[in-house]
Amino acid sequence: MSAPAPEILSGAYKEGFHDDIKALHKVPKGASHEVIDYMCDVKGEPDWMREFRHRSLDLFLKADIPAWMPGLRDIDYDAITYYASPVDKSANKWEDVPEEIRKTYDKLGIAKEEQKLLGGLGAQIDSEMAYHNIQETLSKKGVVFLSCDEGMKQYPEIFREHFAKSIPPEDNKFAALNSAFWSGGSFVYIPKGVKCDVPLSVYFRINAEQFGQFERTLIVVDDDAFCHYVEGCSAPVYTTNSLHAAVVEIFVKDRARCRYTTIQNWSTDVYNLVTKRAMVQSKGVMEWVDGNLGSKRTVKYPSCYLIGNGAHGEVLSLASADKGMWQDAGAKMVFMAPNCTARINSKSISGHGGRASYRGLIQVRGEAPNCRVQVNCDALILDAKSRSDTYPVMETDGDLVTVEHEASVSNVSDEQLFYLTSRGIKKEEAVSMIVNGFIEPIVKELPMEFAVEINRLINLQMEGSVG
Amino acid sequence: MTDSLEIIDLHAKIEEREILKGLSLTIRKGEVHAIMGPNGSGKSTLANTIAGNPKYTVTGGQILMKGKSLLNLEVDERARRGLFLAFQYPCEVPGVRMSNFLRQACNARAGHELEVMEFYDKLEKKMKFLDIDDAFMKRYLNEGFSGGEKKRHEILQMMMLEPEFAVMDETDSGLDIDALKIVSRGVNELRGPNLGVLIITHYERILRYIQPDFIHILVDGKIVQSGGKDLAGRLEEHGYAWVTGDKPVEVKS
Repeated sequence: MSAPAPEILSGAYKEGFHDDIKALHKVPKGASHEVIDYMCDVKGEPDWMREFRHRSLDLFLKADIPAWMPGLRDIDYDAITYYASPVDKSANKWEDVPEEIRKTYDKLGIAKEEQKLLGGLGAQIDSEMAYHNIQETLSKKGVVFLSCDEGMKQYPEIFREHFAKSIPPEDNKFAALNSAFWSGGSFVYIPKGVKCDVPLSVYFRINAEQFGQFERTLIVVDDDAFCHYVEGCSAPVYTTNSLHAAVVEIFVKDRARCRYTTIQNWSTDVYNLVTKRAMVQSKGVMEWVDGNLGSKRTVKYPSCYLIGNGAHGEVLSLASADKGMWQDAGAKMVFMAPNCTARINSKSISGHGGRASYRGLIQVRGEAPNCRVQVNCDALILDAKSRSDTYPVMETDGDLVTVEHEASVSNVSDEQLFYLTSRGIKKEEAVSMIVNGFIEPIVKELPMEFAVEINRLINLQMEGSVG
Repeated sequence: MTDSLEIIDLHAKIEEREILKGLSLTIRKGEVHAIMGPNGSGKSTLANTIAGNPKYTVTGGQILMKGKSLLNLEVDERARRGLFLAFQYPCEVPGVRMSNFLRQACNARAGHELEVMEFYDKLEKKMKFLDIDDAFMKRYLNEGFSGGEKKRHEILQMMMLEPEFAVMDETDSGLDIDALKIVSRGVNELRGPNLGVLIITHYERILRYIQPDFIHILVDGKIVQSGGKDLAGRLEEHGYAWVTGDKPVEVKS
């Protein structure tokens, strides 16, 4: 039979294992100033960062969860460990990564062969990057691809010029939390005019239980440059909850282009609360391809601040909410300059009682004439237990932005099922074809191996979803 | 019988309404039968019931294909055993490429993964035969197709799947004369000792291009008259009222 069929029948979250990996560093549970001091000492950070972290923690402790962000009040912040690491430093040779961590990554299929297709590969386990490497051809062109901690040490000027400039700790409670405890993540700098055609890829793994992962990524794509950054993630299945609160800041300079692809596949123990923002300068292009397939609860709206004349922002959002999941995904476009354009294309699937929400904000700040935005948002609901909501918000002064908004909600129709099965295709396979067809406009934008992975994950979630 | 599709005293309903009221018909391999009937006589119910559309319930009688009952078999199982339904209104499935769909269907029918090259060679030939453009395969399943394109594609599927029994549900409706000729060309090409065909139609027109061996007239869920191909002509001349006696059949749209 066809390729996806056997996987439909296997029906398990294959990344749900955990390995016994000894932590070199581990701090007492709870979000405290003591933990911050420990981290700063271990990492040897400058004073300004220590102050920034302490200030952020105060903000976190004071900040409330926004009223529109429901379902997050039962997080027990005291039960979580905020820093743990099995490694002291990030290796740049795979052989130098501790064997037990390599084993974990082997099981996840981050095989050495795959690295050859990439411009660079990073691997984070719990708080720290265990591995970060970049192809020599790229580093010769001046492309920088490091862990965020290393970025701060090796490129302090670029780092400080941009760090927390698009997402200050005041932005929201979880940005404050990340700012207090950030560790790992990537620092990417693409010099003027350099086109980095092969993707830079990072895999985030939570291994510890009741853990908080707070990676921080800072990407600067200088004038006329291009880069594609790809991230994937997973975690073991425990009976307790973990927290992933990342911050991603991207600076797209004049005429530059950046594409940021995420395949999020956390286990259903993980609260995934991520702030992602790109500042796009004149004629720059930012594209977020945001695939959310796992987690207990995801709250994430990649955003583009179109700050230069003629900037373009794009979000392709794909959310699949299976049993026990609530994907609260979407996009945010802020128009701050003339002649800017944006496109949001969101597709969500909910099944087995899962819930998918689209939340979108289109905002105009100041003078931004002649701007256009196109929003398309489609939901597929697989059964009566599942739910889908759409919350589009527009804040514009007058008619400065042309908005086209289309939304649809559909089911896998009996008619389609009858048609496909009448050709000998089994019912499960027919459902999977229909669902994969629904997300095809987004999946075709993904690199091949990720498209295959998305189809595999979707097929897993489809198992038994229609009568 | 091992080489026939037998419909025996079939009763079927949809939403508590009995549509088929004791229909019997035997189609042997090598034969082409046509069922003609006015609107509301049960033509589409017959097609859907044979294929196993879950919207229809069989309340009595039997359908045997190659001597085995179809009634307890799922839709896909019937298809894999060699039954094909050409739809009156083929539905659209966005995002599913024609080539991918056809390959999955052919693999299912074969019961194993077909050689890719072999599959595409065959596909190319059949598409040429039906005057179907290459670009067609990259399109999504029936999405944005004209009525004629959809019907032509049904015939392409039939040629690829090589069924043993094919039911064609008003394949001629909505076709212009050129499309009708192409569709008929496909059916005539498939005609032969390994295929039994049941053409369901409202109009006599298609029977000028596909000559049936037998014609049956369906009125109110039952076959009221059977005969050779001359029956169609008489029907054309006198209308359905001729077979139903003095009282003209009420035409429901």
